[in-house]
Amino acid sequence: MCQPIKKYLTASLPNAHPLHTYGSVRKRVKCSFIYTYIHIGSESTIKIKMQFMLLFSRQGKLRLQKWYVPLSDKERKKISRDLVQTILARKPKMCSFLEWRDLKIVYKRYASLYFCCAVEDQDNELITLEIIHRYVELLDKYFGSVCELDIIFNFEKAYFILDEFLLGGEAQETSKKNVLKAIEQADLLQEEAEAPRSVLEEIGLT
Amino acid sequence: MPAVSKGDGMRGLAVFISDIRNCKSKEAEIKRINKELANIRSKFKGDKALDGYSKKKYVCKLLFIFLLGHDIDFGHMEAVNLLSSNKYTEKQIGYLFISVLVNSNSELIRLINNAIKNDLSSRNPTFMCLALHCIANVGSREMAEAFAGEIPRILVAGDTMDSVKQSAALCLLRLYKASPDLVLMGEWTSRVVHLLNDQHMGVVTAAISLITCLSSKNPDEFKTCVSLAVSRLSRIVSSASTDLQDYTYYFVPAPWLSCKLLRLLQCYPPPEDGAVKGRLVECLETILNKAQEPPKSKKVQHSNAKNAILFEAISLIIHYDSEPNLLVRACNQLGQFLQHRETNLRYLALESMCTLASSEFSHEAVKTHIETVINALKTERDVSVRQRAADLLYAMCDRSNAKQIVAEMLSYLETADYSIREEMVLKVAILAEKYAVDYSWYVDTILNLIRIAGDYVSEEVWYRVIQIVINRDDVQGYAAKTVFEALQAPACHENMVKVGGYILGEFGNLIAGDPRSSPLVQFNLLHSKFHLCSVPTRALLLSAYIKFINLFPETKATIQEVLRSDSQIRNSDVELQQRAVEYLKLSSIASTDVLATVLEEMPPFPERESSILAKLKKKKGPGAVSVELEDGKERGELNGGADRGGEAAIAASNASTPSPSSDLLGLRSAAPVGGPAPSAGSLLVDVFSEAGPAASSTRVNDDGFLSSAPPSAASEDPAPPLPESDELLNKFVCKNNGVLFENQLLQIGIKSEYRQNLGRMYLFYGNKTSVQFVSFTTTVSCPGELQSQLNVQTKPVEPLVEGGAQVQQVINIECLTDFVDAPLLNIKFRYGGALQNITLKLPVTINKFFQPTEMAAADFFQRWKQLSQPQQEAQKIFKASHGMDTEVLKAKLLGLGTALLENVDPNPENYVCAGVIQTKIQQVGCLLRLEPNAQAQPGEQMYRLTLRSSKDTVSQRVCDLLAEQF
Repeated sequence: MCQPIKKYLTASLPNAHPLHTYGSVRKRVKCSFIYTYIHIGSESTIKIKMQFMLLFSRQGKLRLQKWYVPLSDKERKKISRDLVQTILARKPKMCSFLEWRDLKIVYKRYASLYFCCAVEDQDNELITLEIIHRYVELLDKYFGSVCELDIIFNFEKAYFILDEFLLGGEAQETSKKNVLKAIEQADLLQEEAEAPRSVLEEIGLT
Repeated sequence: MPAVSKGDGMRGLAVFISDIRNCKSKEAEIKRINKELANIRSKFKGDKALDGYSKKKYVCKLLFIFLLGHDIDFGHMEAVNLLSSNKYTEKQIGYLFISVLVNSNSELIRLINNAIKNDLSSRNPTFMCLALHCIANVGSREMAEAFAGEIPRILVAGDTMDSVKQSAALCLLRLYKASPDLVLMGEWTSRVVHLLNDQHMGVVTAAISLITCLSSKNPDEFKTCVSLAVSRLSRIVSSASTDLQDYTYYFVPAPWLSCKLLRLLQCYPPPEDGAVKGRLVECLETILNKAQEPPKSKKVQHSNAKNAILFEAISLIIHYDSEPNLLVRACNQLGQFLQHRETNLRYLALESMCTLASSEFSHEAVKTHIETVINALKTERDVSVRQRAADLLYAMCDRSNAKQIVAEMLSYLETADYSIREEMVLKVAILAEKYAVDYSWYVDTILNLIRIAGDYVSEEVWYRVIQIVINRDDVQGYAAKTVFEALQAPACHENMVKVGGYILGEFGNLIAGDPRSSPLVQFNLLHSKFHLCSVPTRALLLSAYIKFINLFPETKATIQEVLRSDSQIRNSDVELQQRAVEYLKLSSIASTDVLATVLEEMPPFPERESSILAKLKKKKGPGAVSVELEDGKERGELNGGADRGGEAAIAASNASTPSPSSDLLGLRSAAPVGGPAPSAGSLLVDVFSEAGPAASSTRVNDDGFLSSAPPSAASEDPAPPLPESDELLNKFVCKNNGVLFENQLLQIGIKSEYRQNLGRMYLFYGNKTSVQFVSFTTTVSCPGELQSQLNVQTKPVEPLVEGGAQVQQVINIECLTDFVDAPLLNIKFRYGGALQNITLKLPVTINKFFQPTEMAAADFFQRWKQLSQPQQEAQKIFKASHGMDTEVLKAKLLGLGTALLENVDPNPENYVCAGVIQTKIQQVGCLLRLEPNAQAQPGEQMYRLTLRSSKDTVSQRVCDLLAEQF
């Protein structure tokens, strides 16, 4: 038993070298807030097309936020804050797409409002850009040349229109006519049902 | 008061919003909000029952306050009440509040689900849509449990309104994404696929998202969608721009649907049916042709929609990678975009070309655009576009253009944005190495890299250049000369000093003939940098000095004086002081021969794949790395640490003097894993514990966290098993309970019991964070032939793991026949929106099914002899990784599951065991003998392990498993 040991010991000596071992990657990579997952090939992956949509003003005030992935309130706030800063720092002529964490951001500015969507790395940027545009058109048609104030004062409508257009981050109905028809029908239902209001309410005291 | 609202005006709400807007300060705003909250609270608590309208208005105000970023802790009940209102607007606001502010309060969820159920069965399409929107917005598991059965029915029912179908399709998609196990398509599959033929374009648009997702998960069940998708696409592509009425967008027919169809086809290989394929190729050609046609509108929306389809078509062409003609046409089209005035198009063209560069059919075509891309790198104003250009240059690089591309990247590096410098450095280093024909070019490039961007040159890069110089003797002289010249710059980067110290220490003699670089000049040059360097670099330089003494005896006096100076020999840093003391002693007492042996030139490195590449992959994911380099290769590199034991052992045994020069050039302390230089005795212990499983617990933690997010992992595919999962497996060979895995988020504990050929395992998943894990799913799979060897059954776990909570899962295991591989346990969950995807090996090993067998010595030896055919025996001789403590050894052998037989082996030092492995189809008797040589010096202790059984695979497997335990 003692005899072969020397032999095995030497035989097992790899032709290795300290430098090399240290050369191998032992450094810990700090995990970023959202891990980087890059996916090759599109097979057997459940993707969430759009992760979230944010509308914010040039002053960085959030006007609308729609989240299609479950995130805690804290994380949502952090993401919106960071992303708004990133986008506001960009110059006007820059490209509408950017890689941000592990997401692709597609954004466009309309007057004083920025519309910004976060999509998966593999998603089609241009069609997302036109999703934004179609949404703007819908708002515009509904409010009649929409402005930021319309969205502030009628935020619930902005959400309703978005829900008719996109559901779960996917386009549900791309026809402008059909989306508006659905919303207008709802408005009609509401006018029929509207109860008379008190005088106090009319002057805004409640 | 601007903006008269349409529909209902909730005047109270408008007034409140306007008040908030008029607030001059944050404090005023908060004051106003608190006032409002108090008001609403009192209204909700008041005796007077509120009418629906007021309730709606207050709920809406609360929602507004929440959206401003304030916390809301009441009002949920009132919102839920609104759901059961008959009035549409009240219901709508109720649903909106729930969608935005949902929490997993179970009491509420039950009420919400009730309201949804009522609306779904109301047959009122607007109510149904509201309910479906709510499910889609919330998408929780509770909702999936309640409605996953109902929604497919609504989706395919003949009398469902189109708008409801659309909502139902996407609602189902959301539930499927959140809880795939609950959505069972089964009987609906074919009817869902046929929605692609629906008359209503909106229904098709919504349904295709669902179909794409389901197809990507179950391609076979949905494969009939390919021909339907192709014919639908063909009809759209060939339609005139007005045929589709409102689905035409700026003269482009149904752009969203077209993109989705092309995306769906990317779930499948090219159609096998010739006619279908022909039709598809025709579509793709038409799309490429249309790109050349003059635009029908000057509006950017027109060109965006058109190009969105074009890029999606190109993605499909790249996905098929089988139509050279289309690939080249795609490449030419992208080439045109490279010079387009729209920044967006230039960005996308660069990005798309990156993937084209990896196809053998289009690689050459991509290369023709090199000048344009280089120009983009130099002139683009947007850093994200420049980044794409750099990626593309990297992707299109090959032997023919490497010098040009590397030169361009180097010159770009001088002005590059800080955010991308590190990555650029890695890329340059990789290209330089990969395509180096003459190594002097390589050395020049890397030294330039250090000169230009020294701060961004990671250790991997300079280690690598040294490895290469050591391994290639034709470049050593050149390297010494070049690095000597580079060091003459008045300010040079510390990394340059490191490379310089190492190379001159090894090969300074090659240039010493020239009086301008005589030994003393070299030494003085190096030493002039000494005081500016950090401790690790100084340590390296000290080692270089001692090497100088060996190379150039004439420098001995000078160097000894330096070593003797107070600043070295009394240095406050213990590492430097120790080196100074020991090198000084070594140089004064050792004979020239001894010195020459100890300080011999470094032996060549084993050829391995570059560690830099692994680093880049880690940074960027394989997409950015040239595809010809396979993922698997990096593993070997990362796991190379196991060799360390041996190599340090040789260093120690070769060095006759017990000095830290066993690591020759002292890189040990400069390296990220090195501790302070240990003395020779502790070196061994240290080295062995690092190489052996003893250190696994600490390593596992770090590595585990790291590899829980390998960039190469597909986002929802089960990740490949963690590199250390074999090690984890080994931990459990001789025990049944313990912590299987732990990282910063998750801890997995394990308890298991086995009887005969059956086993039961309890897994405990502990959430270590304070945030809940959502979509928590675990799957156990038996890869390959294991499927027929083991029968593993699991019960699903709760998809939600609250912060700090622990969930349990039971796994039943039946061993059908003997096996080698371990089942894989894949865990997926979302933590803060980021998908975690971890695959481990479940510690089910063949020895778990051992039944101990007691027998006397005579019996044992008789059976031992019966099993004497060579294939029945497996033997291993291996070094001890731990001490040879008798009790520990016995405990391990018992843990293995065999009976430990006393007084059987004539040599009391040896251990023999016997057991029978129980599988469903057979029993395999197994004998074991373990012979230690306990007398040997620590570090040279070895074992011989012999296994004999009636089945060769069993002998081998048990032997392999057990050999890792000592």
